[in-house]
Amino acid sequence: MKPNHHPEGYAEIGQQWARRAFNTMFWAMLMMLVLGMLGIASEYTSMGSAWAAEEAVNLSAGAPEIQTVDYPKIGFSSRSVVWIAAQMHLFFAAFVLAVPLFVVVIEWIGVKSGDERYDDMAHEFMKVSMTAYSITALFGGLLAFALFLLYPHFMGYMTRVFDTQMLWYALLFFAESAILYIYYYSWQALRYGNRKWVHLSFGIGLNVVGTSLLFIANAWATFMMAPSGIDMASGAVTGNIWEIMRGPLWNPVNLHRFIANIAFGGAVVGAYAGYKLLSAKTLSERAHYDWMGYTSNFIAVLAFLPLPFAGYWLMAEIYAYSQQMGITAMGGILAWLFIVQAVLIGTILLASNYYLWSGMSRTEGSLRYQWMIKYIAVVLVLGFLVWVTPHTLILRASEVAALGGSHHHLLGPLGIMPAKNIAVNLMLIATFLSFQLYRRSDKQVTVSWAAWGNAFIVAIYLIAILNIIFAGIYYGYFTNTVYKVGSSVTQVVSTLVVIVAGVLIDSFMFKKAKILPSVWGQVSNRSQYALFALPVAFTWLMALMGYVRSSVRTHWHVYSVVKDNSVDNYIPAIGYAGNMMTIVTVLFLLCILFIFWIASLSNTKQIPPIKSEGH
Amino acid sequence: MGTLIRVLGFSLGLTLVFSLVANLLPQVEGEAPKDEVIDMDSLDMDGFVSFGEAVFAGKGTCTLCHNDMGRAPDLLNMDVVKASQDRLEDHRYVGQASSVEEYLRESLVAPGEYVVVGFGKKGSNDSESPMPKVDAAPIQLSEFEIDSIVAYLQAKDGHEVTVALPTLPEEEESLTQPVAVPAAPVAAATAEQALAQYGCSACHSVLSTESPVGPDLRDVGSRLSAAQIRQSIIDPMAVIAEGYPPIMPTSLVDQMMVSELELLVNFLSNQTQ
Repeated sequence: MKPNHHPEGYAEIGQQWARRAFNTMFWAMLMMLVLGMLGIASEYTSMGSAWAAEEAVNLSAGAPEIQTVDYPKIGFSSRSVVWIAAQMHLFFAAFVLAVPLFVVVIEWIGVKSGDERYDDMAHEFMKVSMTAYSITALFGGLLAFALFLLYPHFMGYMTRVFDTQMLWYALLFFAESAILYIYYYSWQALRYGNRKWVHLSFGIGLNVVGTSLLFIANAWATFMMAPSGIDMASGAVTGNIWEIMRGPLWNPVNLHRFIANIAFGGAVVGAYAGYKLLSAKTLSERAHYDWMGYTSNFIAVLAFLPLPFAGYWLMAEIYAYSQQMGITAMGGILAWLFIVQAVLIGTILLASNYYLWSGMSRTEGSLRYQWMIKYIAVVLVLGFLVWVTPHTLILRASEVAALGGSHHHLLGPLGIMPAKNIAVNLMLIATFLSFQLYRRSDKQVTVSWAAWGNAFIVAIYLIAILNIIFAGIYYGYFTNTVYKVGSSVTQVVSTLVVIVAGVLIDSFMFKKAKILPSVWGQVSNRSQYALFALPVAFTWLMALMGYVRSSVRTHWHVYSVVKDNSVDNYIPAIGYAGNMMTIVTVLFLLCILFIFWIASLSNTKQIPPIKSEGH
Repeated sequence: MGTLIRVLGFSLGLTLVFSLVANLLPQVEGEAPKDEVIDMDSLDMDGFVSFGEAVFAGKGTCTLCHNDMGRAPDLLNMDVVKASQDRLEDHRYVGQASSVEEYLRESLVAPGEYVVVGFGKKGSNDSESPMPKVDAAPIQLSEFEIDSIVAYLQAKDGHEVTVALPTLPEEEESLTQPVAVPAAPVAAATAEQALAQYGCSACHSVLSTESPVGPDLRDVGSRLSAAQIRQSIIDPMAVIAEGYPPIMPTSLVDQMMVSELELLVNFLSNQTQ
């Protein structure tokens, strides 16, 4: 593939860069080889440990019975310290693991299309994540110190269970760091020709290592929720490391976090683009960041759409593992927070839709579709209102009298899950429609079967919507609980069919479409605030869901195995938890703004002082 | 700088809105279960049954599933003793129990011995129970607590409690610290007793008393069916009689035993004046 324009001086410094790149690659390969061999050795060691369990004296020890006095006291809530450190580490880790995932895809699109703007954008995304990487490590260190200091017995048990796996996790961080720095700093050196494929390979390697880190860390969290590979009565290790990691919730959490991270990462770099657009001094700068913001929103929404389905799988597995745990999350004292979740997801959907509608002003081709926006908005608002309707209300006596009873006649049918399942599926379909219309705005279809294609898509939409409403009403209100849960699978499948069919049919229909002119940068400043609403809501949502995931363990560090006897062993009320979520979200926002500033600083160059005569 | 301030202000404002929503919701904390301390010397059967009721709703977490949401048999709204007798005779029963007391205890520590049709683990064809063994983690009830639940389940519908009142084991001297145990409810034997026990005549005209606060119950049988009367006791806010304030307590369903409810429904259905 030939580049569009050769950087000045590239040929002259090519040999020098090639030598450096070779050296870098050599050391990176050597390090990966060593780490790989160590990994194989570890696997054999673990297997050996399992086969010779009677010899593993330290692993046969059971779970500790920790008393309240065993927890070190530092004058303020240990749980709050760990809560903040863990949440900050998770925010940044999610961000830095997600960015390379879509950066590699964008880079590859740049290679395939020959459009260097993709390459520049991918590089700029990486620049934003580089500072975040250091902050991730700082919070990770803080979290580890806090855990070992404040919960030594529990961490002692976890270390015993996971054994050397924790060390391999740390070593993988070295590999991650090495490949990340090579990937980022060799960007210009390995930009064209075959070297680009080498660079892309580093990107893939970075993501393999990054995703492995994610999955390893997830194993600790899911072991605490649903332990495996141990004797449940004593807590003694009975299985090998693979059996310990492969608990019933590991894969659902892996999938859920993997997708959520991409949506979160897309939202954060979208905010960066929005910030840069609002600060842009030139039209070309504005156009560049408008395009960058659009791409980020595209990534965030695309990853967000299947997220509820991954969440559904996770909750189904939690119910299958322990009905009691599932009910604690969905029907116990945590049930109220799903009202907050509805507000957050409503914010995300409304903001991303608003951004798409605003973006349609970039091209006149969108005039064909603008009449539909008001209907989509109605569906979104109604869906949001249904979703946020509680089942019960806490009322004063006067309010009960005014209402005519403690249960408003609308709360019964609208406050339960069948109504909410209908609402959320229709909101997702409406969001996908916005997305589809936006994608079509700058294209004029040329295929002869366009009318049939459109009719087919409309039919799919209609059948899916009718199916979602029918399944929700019939199974939700006229059958028992078992069928209620089963009906949501039908609804999810209907929504997925719309998304997959819409993408597939459009890709064939618009393959050779006539492209209509789009003016990047021709978008309102107001629309950019949607790009800030997304990461704020995503960050708060991640904190909220983390609170649920942790709280379902109730008064256990490791569910059913290591009891939490600390003074903080209760599930905090949603108000207190909400305040904690706001604290971590604000901290994260301040850090992110710092990162944006640092990323901009690297482009700032001081003008050399003018030497006065005589010097 | 202006952009930075606007962006920061917008983001902080939105964050505070989310926080506000969280603070407007009912604030409930999930307390970890605490070991109750019982004065064994003064413990009588009523106190033991009351203790069982508290464990049933509290540490035992039974009401998480055993409610009217359909995830498990609704023990509070059924005659558990009668159901136990039926299950012992069911050909699907594979346990060792030969009496209701043994069956109830077995159903707590080995719930898989009999799975009620429709309540088995998904995909198990009702051969596997989703209920955890209550003597194991995470619930970890003691033998004393399990016995108290069995006693409560027997007593709640007015049946004889066959569980022996526990005596103080030597190794559990810590249990001797006194604690207030509420008196156990005693099931009303007649409709008149139930009407008096739940203070119905304070608001309703019934039997020989008159009160204009609530609808007259002396002719309620001619106005409402038995099902409607039952609903008006279980969920008094479902239908509010015209011209009367919605003040009937909704907690009756939690206090009343099934046998008492049926006594009242039968009695009121026959009140046609």
